[in-house]
Amino acid sequence: MTSAAAPTLNRSSGSKRFLSQPGSKFGLGVVILVVLAAIFAPWIWPIDPLEQDVLGKLAPPSLEHPLGTDSFGRDVLSRLLHAARISLFIGVMAIALALVLGTAIGVAAGYIGGWFDSMVCALLDVLLSFPTLLLGLMVVAMLGPSVENLIIAIAITELAPFARVARAPAIALRGREFVEAGRALGFSDMRIVVVHVVPNLLSEVVVVASLWLAAAIRTEASLSFIGLGVKPPTPTWGGMIREGFEHILDAPWLALAPGFAILITVLGLNLLGDGLRDALDPKAQRE
Amino acid sequence: MHSIRRPSVSDDPILRLRDLGVEFRIDDQWHGAVRGVDLEIGRSETLAVVGESGSGKSMTALAIMGLIPAGNGRITAGSSIRLEGQELVGLAEVELDRLRGNRVAMIFQEPMTALNPSMRVGEQIAESVRKHRGLDRSAARAEARRLLDQVRMPSAAQRMDDFPHQFSGGMRQRVMIAIALACQPRLLLADEPTTALDVTIQAQVLRLLSDLKREVDLAVMFITHNLGVVALIADRVAVMYAGQVVETGAVEAIFSQPAHPYTQALLRSMPRVDRDSSDLEPIAGQVPSIRELPTGCGFAPRCPLAVARCTAQLPQVEFRSPHHSVRCWRHGEHA
Amino acid sequence: MTAFLIRRLLLAIPTLLLVMTAVFALARIVPGDPALVILGDQATQEALDALRERLGLDKPLAAQYIEFLGGILTGNLGTSLITGKSVWSEVVAVIPFTIELTLAAILIGVLLGVPLGLYAAVHCNRWPDTLTRLISLAGLSFPAFVSAILLLLAFAIYLRWFPVISSPALDDPIERIRHLALPALNLGLIMTAYVTRVMRASVLNVLGEDYIRTARAKGMGARVVLWRHALRNALIPVATVVGLYLGTMIGNSVLTEIVFNRPGLGKLILGALDQRDYTLLQGLMIFFAGLIVLANAATDIAYGVIDPRVRYRS
Repeated sequence: MTSAAAPTLNRSSGSKRFLSQPGSKFGLGVVILVVLAAIFAPWIWPIDPLEQDVLGKLAPPSLEHPLGTDSFGRDVLSRLLHAARISLFIGVMAIALALVLGTAIGVAAGYIGGWFDSMVCALLDVLLSFPTLLLGLMVVAMLGPSVENLIIAIAITELAPFARVARAPAIALRGREFVEAGRALGFSDMRIVVVHVVPNLLSEVVVVASLWLAAAIRTEASLSFIGLGVKPPTPTWGGMIREGFEHILDAPWLALAPGFAILITVLGLNLLGDGLRDALDPKAQRE
Repeated sequence: MHSIRRPSVSDDPILRLRDLGVEFRIDDQWHGAVRGVDLEIGRSETLAVVGESGSGKSMTALAIMGLIPAGNGRITAGSSIRLEGQELVGLAEVELDRLRGNRVAMIFQEPMTALNPSMRVGEQIAESVRKHRGLDRSAARAEARRLLDQVRMPSAAQRMDDFPHQFSGGMRQRVMIAIALACQPRLLLADEPTTALDVTIQAQVLRLLSDLKREVDLAVMFITHNLGVVALIADRVAVMYAGQVVETGAVEAIFSQPAHPYTQALLRSMPRVDRDSSDLEPIAGQVPSIRELPTGCGFAPRCPLAVARCTAQLPQVEFRSPHHSVRCWRHGEHA
Repeated sequence: MTAFLIRRLLLAIPTLLLVMTAVFALARIVPGDPALVILGDQATQEALDALRERLGLDKPLAAQYIEFLGGILTGNLGTSLITGKSVWSEVVAVIPFTIELTLAAILIGVLLGVPLGLYAAVHCNRWPDTLTRLISLAGLSFPAFVSAILLLLAFAIYLRWFPVISSPALDDPIERIRHLALPALNLGLIMTAYVTRVMRASVLNVLGEDYIRTARAKGMGARVVLWRHALRNALIPVATVVGLYLGTMIGNSVLTEIVFNRPGLGKLILGALDQRDYTLLQGLMIFFAGLIVLANAATDIAYGVIDPRVRYRS
C-alpha cells in the first residue's frame, strides 16, 4: 500500500469519467428521485398511509388510488412513499453504524497487528461469506424485533467491507518513523491514526457505502418479508410484499408495486456505486 | 564472441522500413510515438536498436509484427514495412497470422509474464509447430523436444511437461527463444530479452543467441538500451530518440566516430572497464513526453550543440559514408 | 499436492474454533434473558427457571463454553425444544432438498453465466456488452423473493406451465424437474448475473496479459487465442468466486423456499423462529457457520487444483 500522503485524486478527470457513463447518471438520478420522494412523501400524495377503509379494500388501481388499496383498504401509493422513508432510514442508519464500527475494527486490527489482526481477519472472512440474510435473521431472533435491533442486525452484516477498507492503510502506518516521532511528541496513538488514516479512506468508503446501502435495503426488505422487520401497521417495502403475497392471485399489484420500488432503488444505488468506483479507481480501464 | 561482421547491407534486405510511424490517441488527439523511421536489415545481419525508454524502439518492433494495440494505436498512413519484399502494412489479419511466428518471430522482455501460466511449455512450443509446419501431435512434440535441446535446456525431455513457473528467468527466456525459432523464421525481433535477467544469465542467453544466429542463419533486430550488449552482438546499430532514428551505422563506426550528439552523450554515459567511473556523464534533462514533442529536432532541448536552426527545423537524414547516416544539422561536431 | 491439502485443512481448524466461539459469544453476550424471549413476558418465574436450567444457562460461563465445544466435537448440536429430536437429525431430514436446489442453481448459473460473460468481454464497450452488463446488474438488484414472486406470477399462475406449490419429494423424474424448475431458475438466474459479471472482468483482465501478446506473436489467430489461451486462465478466478458465493446462495435459497413453499433448510429456520425453538436456532447457527468455513476451505483447495501455480508454491 502506498504512503500515508493522501493520493492525488484527480478530481476533474474522476468526475468527468463518472459523468460520461450513462449508467452512473441514471443511478444518481434514480437515487435522488427516491430520496426526494421519501422526504416529501406527505406533500406529494397527502393521504394517510394508515387510514383504513375496509369497505374499499383490495381495490384495483384507479384515479383515486393510483396503485389500488390493500387488504385493509389503505392507499398503496401513500404506503409506498412512506415505506420509502422507513426503508431508507433503516438502511442509512445501518450503514452509518457499520461504517463507524467497521472502520474502528479495521483500523485497530491493522494498526495493532499480530495475532489480533490474524484473528480479526479470519472472522471477517467468515462474516463476508456468511449469507447476509441468515446472519441478520439470527441477530434479530436473538435480540428481538424492533427498529433498533433491525438496524443493529443489518449493520453487523455490513461491517466486514468497511473493516477491510480501513485495515489496509492502517497496516501501512505501522512502524513508520513519523508515528514514533508523533508518540515522542505526546500524541496519542488514536490521534495519529485518525489524522493519517481517515483522509485516505474517503474515496473507497464512499464506493463501499453506496454499494452496501443497496445491500442493506435488500436485507431489510428480505427480513421484513420473513416477518422479522418493522411491525405493522408501519409500512415498509418488504412488509408490503409480505402482505401482498397473501393476495397474489387476486391483487398482484399489492406485491408488484413495492417490489418494483425496491428494484429501482437497489439498481440505482448499484449503478451509482459502480460508477463511483470506476471514476475513483485509477485502474478503471479494466471495465 | 565473434560473429561475421557485415557492415554493408545487401541489396535484398530481409526487412525494409520506410517512413514508419506509430501514433497513439490520448484524450481524442493522435500523438506520434514513432515518426518517419527508415531502417533496413540484411539477411543474417544483427541490427541493434538503441535508445532510452520512450524512444519508440519497442513500438517499432510491435509495428512490424502488427501487434500495435488496436483501440488507441495505429500505424501512420504512408508507412511501409516490407518483409522479404512483401508489404505488411494493410495486410489482412489472417495473412499476418500466417507470417507471425513463422517468417518473423518476436521475443519479449519479461519472461515471467510472457508465457501462459496454465499451459505446459512443451505444448506452447508444439502449438506453433502444428500450426505453421502442419505436423501432427506426436511429430510436433518430438520437434518441441528437439528445440528445447537446441536452446541448451538441461533434461529437455522431462521439462517439456513442466509449467512456466517451475523455471527460472533464464530458462524461461530459453523457452521463449525455442518458441520463436520453432518454425525457422528469417527474422527475429528481440525486445530487450536480457534486461530482466541477472548479469551472468544475461551472458548465457546472449551467447546462446549468438550461436543460434550462426546455426540457423538468422537476421536479428536486437532492441536494448545497454551499449555493452550492443558491442558484443551487433553488426550494425540504429540509435533512436523521441520516436526517430537519429543515427545508423556499423558497430565500429558508431563506437569510434559517433556523429550525433545524442550518440556521443550515450557513449560518454556508459561505464567502461578502462575508464574511471568519475568520468561518467549522465545526460541532463529527460526524454520528451509523447504529447509535447518539439517541432524541430527532438534532442535539441538537451543538446549541448543546439542552435536556433535545430529547434526550428527537423534535421534531414544525411549520409556521412555509404552506410553511416545521421539526422543532425551539426553532425560530426563535438561538444 | 497432498501437503497443500493438509495445510489448508489444518488452517480451517483454528478458524472453525474462532467462529464457534463467536457464535457462543453472540448468544450469551446479548443483553436480555433468552428464557424471557422464548416464553414471553407472561411466563411464570418457575417456568423461566426451569427453562433456564434446561438450557444450561444457570451454569457458569466457562462451564457452558466447555459443554458447548464438547457438544460440537461429538456432533451434538443440541436438541429441538419443540420436537425433541436432535438438531442434526432435523437438518439431515431436509438437507437433500436444499442441496438439490443449490446444485441446480449452480448448474444454471455457470452454464449461462460463463458464455454470457465471455460474450460481453469480447464485445467490450459496444452495445452487446452494455446490455449484458445492465441486465446482470438488474438481476443482482432483485431481492431473491421479489424475483421469485415474479416468476411465480408469470410462469405458474398466468401461464400455468409449472406448479404453484413445489413438492420436491416426487418419484417421477419429469414431475420432479417441473417442481424444481421455478425455484432453481430463481436462484440460478441470480447466480447467472453474478457469474456473468465476474467472468467478464476476468476475461478482460486475462486479455491484457503479456502471454496473450506472445500467443498472437506466434501467429495464433484471435479465436484460438481466446478459446485455448484466455479461457482457461479466465475461468480460474470464476471458480473461486462461485465457491465464495455459496454463502449468499444459501441465504437466497431460504427466501426462495418460502415463496415456493418448498421444504429445506430455509423453512426449517423459519419454523424455528416462529416457534421460538431457541436451541434449534442455535444449533442451526453452528451448522451454518461450520458449513461456511468448510466451503471456504473447499474453494481454496479447488482453486489449488485448477491453478497449477498455487499448488507448487512452498
